[in-house]
Amino acid sequence: MSTAFRNIKDVPKEEYLAPGHRLCAGCTAATAIRQILKVAGRDTVVVSATGCVEVATSYFPQSAWKVPWVHVAFENTAAVASGIESAMKALYRKKKTTERVNIIALGGDGGTFDIGLQALSGALERSHDFIYICYDNEAYMNTGVQRSSATPYCAATTTCPPGKMSSGKRTEKKDLVAIAVAHNIPYAATATPSYPFDLMNKVKRALDVEGPALVHVLTPCPTGWRFDTDSGIDIGKLAVLTGLWPLYEVVDGVTKLTVQVPKREPVKKYLEIQGRFKHLKEADVAEVQKRADMLAAKFGLGPVREQVQA
Amino acid sequence: MKRMGLSGNYAAAYAVKMADVDVIAAYPITPQTTIVEKLSEFVANGELDAEYINVESEHSALSACVGASLTGARVFTATSSQGLAYMHEVLFMASALRTPIVMANVNRALSAPLNIWNDHSDAMAERDSGWIQLWASSAQEVFDTTVEAFKIAEDVQLPVMVNLDGYIVSHTYEPVNIPDEEEVRKYIPSKPMKNRLSPSLAYSIGVVGPPEYYFEMKYQAIDAMERSRVRIREIESDFNKRFGRSYDDIYTYFMDDVEYVLLTMGSMTGTARVVAESLRSRGEKVGVVAIRTFRPFPSERLAGILGDVGGIGIMDRATTPGGSSSPLYEDVASCLYSVQKRPILQGFVAGLGGRDVSIGEFEMMFMATKEAAKSGRSKPSIYVGLRG
Repeated sequence: MSTAFRNIKDVPKEEYLAPGHRLCAGCTAATAIRQILKVAGRDTVVVSATGCVEVATSYFPQSAWKVPWVHVAFENTAAVASGIESAMKALYRKKKTTERVNIIALGGDGGTFDIGLQALSGALERSHDFIYICYDNEAYMNTGVQRSSATPYCAATTTCPPGKMSSGKRTEKKDLVAIAVAHNIPYAATATPSYPFDLMNKVKRALDVEGPALVHVLTPCPTGWRFDTDSGIDIGKLAVLTGLWPLYEVVDGVTKLTVQVPKREPVKKYLEIQGRFKHLKEADVAEVQKRADMLAAKFGLGPVREQVQA
Repeated sequence: MKRMGLSGNYAAAYAVKMADVDVIAAYPITPQTTIVEKLSEFVANGELDAEYINVESEHSALSACVGASLTGARVFTATSSQGLAYMHEVLFMASALRTPIVMANVNRALSAPLNIWNDHSDAMAERDSGWIQLWASSAQEVFDTTVEAFKIAEDVQLPVMVNLDGYIVSHTYEPVNIPDEEEVRKYIPSKPMKNRLSPSLAYSIGVVGPPEYYFEMKYQAIDAMERSRVRIREIESDFNKRFGRSYDDIYTYFMDDVEYVLLTMGSMTGTARVVAESLRSRGEKVGVVAIRTFRPFPSERLAGILGDVGGIGIMDRATTPGGSSSPLYEDVASCLYSVQKRPILQGFVAGLGGRDVSIGEFEMMFMATKEAAKSGRSKPSIYVGLRG
């Protein structure tokens, strides 16, 4: 698979997401979209699910999109993309158009993991040639930080608050990439804008394969995760370095780690700088660490770095 | 031209094939299924060059149609009952985004209890979704109306729902005149519309419409519906000239020297006609009016036609629980409110869930209408054939 982006010189200067949009200061979803569109280029149609990115980039009479962009509803992004892909294919075959475009469906975790999962599954099974990007900020941020099925274990949201009887979300995050791979699609990957070249190469590969591809992008959210607006990129890095967010790709069913982590950071470092984990007790932190250790074993990450005892 | 024995559903499928659609997205549901089965067959045989999207739900069917239509492709889907209900939110988006989708809705009752037979509750529940609603009452009319629907949709840039009664029209085989494909193509040329998703335009579509703008944005689709009244009649008259069959937004029968009118929609019109003939032979001055274009509702013309009659019996095949009456009745009553000499109206709710509406029951409805007109007082909606 191609590795088109190795350093900053490989990255096109063109911007397709204009500045001045209304996303929160420090939002890493906006960073991810800039990176994605630099790869996809001008001849791209973006289909957005309802969500933060949708409302913050298309508030009439302004729009931040320099490529064709459409939003229909919350749960039907993959279906709308299916229709566009099929129509463009038919029109081209019938010589009614000469245009060829990349089709990118873009949904948040709510629009992908929860309400849009059925439409996504249908589109993947039907093998449309499109890419689906889930920008995952691990809760319904647009409506004010409610729990989704992408919210990680123990995180606090406004609908799974910690209390006398609870320490935040009690269940696991769904494995979206595994769900996508179960449809026997040619390409699926995880990414985060904290590793821009890794993300951009994955988007390129996703666009290059014939058939559906899914890229699951972790996008730290200062508003919902409660961290300083200048630390989103660092937090994304820590997610990778702790082993909580392994960066890998699955090409024709074969999984390969794309960013090695020879020495992992303890999850405590990741948890303690986010307000959503402030309530965690030592036992909770140990539980999260166990989850990181399991992921590390699964994907072949290194052991946790020795901690200097205070 | 050739003459074929076709069911209402197959007549719809043949019209879609002749329209050379580019994309079909559909999900099976009784009694619509044979439309999309036939279309799959046409695509599989190479008789129709289209992308057939086997979606996983009706919600996705209409969503895929919206996406496809935005590219300028000609798009078709079909559904019934629960399927239409499942499309509900997307129906509003399809009309407000001005996507000229054509959909056959094979009318079927809504659950519960589960019922696969005919009534009009599915279409009535989507009355306000901004779709043009046409109603066909025979296989020939289904074919012709479906062909017209593409012309209307693409001309006024609004989606069109072609309604046909489940089983009564959808599964009854009738002789249908099928025009030459060339003639149909001349009427609805299969050239693509503007691709609103072209990178050369880079439009943003389906944006956030804040209170300062939503009203005006929404009004454009409302206005398009208003303006479609004239265009639909022009398109129908063009169709009539080309194909030698005569359609209008209001169907009338025996309307000379008329005192009482039976007002229907869909397949009940046939029964109403038979009953009117028999009543006329017995000296009753009765006529039949059927609404073919339920949205936009032909209020002004209808008021002109009905303004002088004594009594009107309005047959609804759907109801509005707790409402002042039933959907068709309400529209008829509204348009007659401002006429000088208002006719007496008698409402009927009949045939829910596929219950047959017999000739005897139609005669009873006529008698009740006549009685109401004579006494000057009508009863609340009469539920025809309902067992106590």
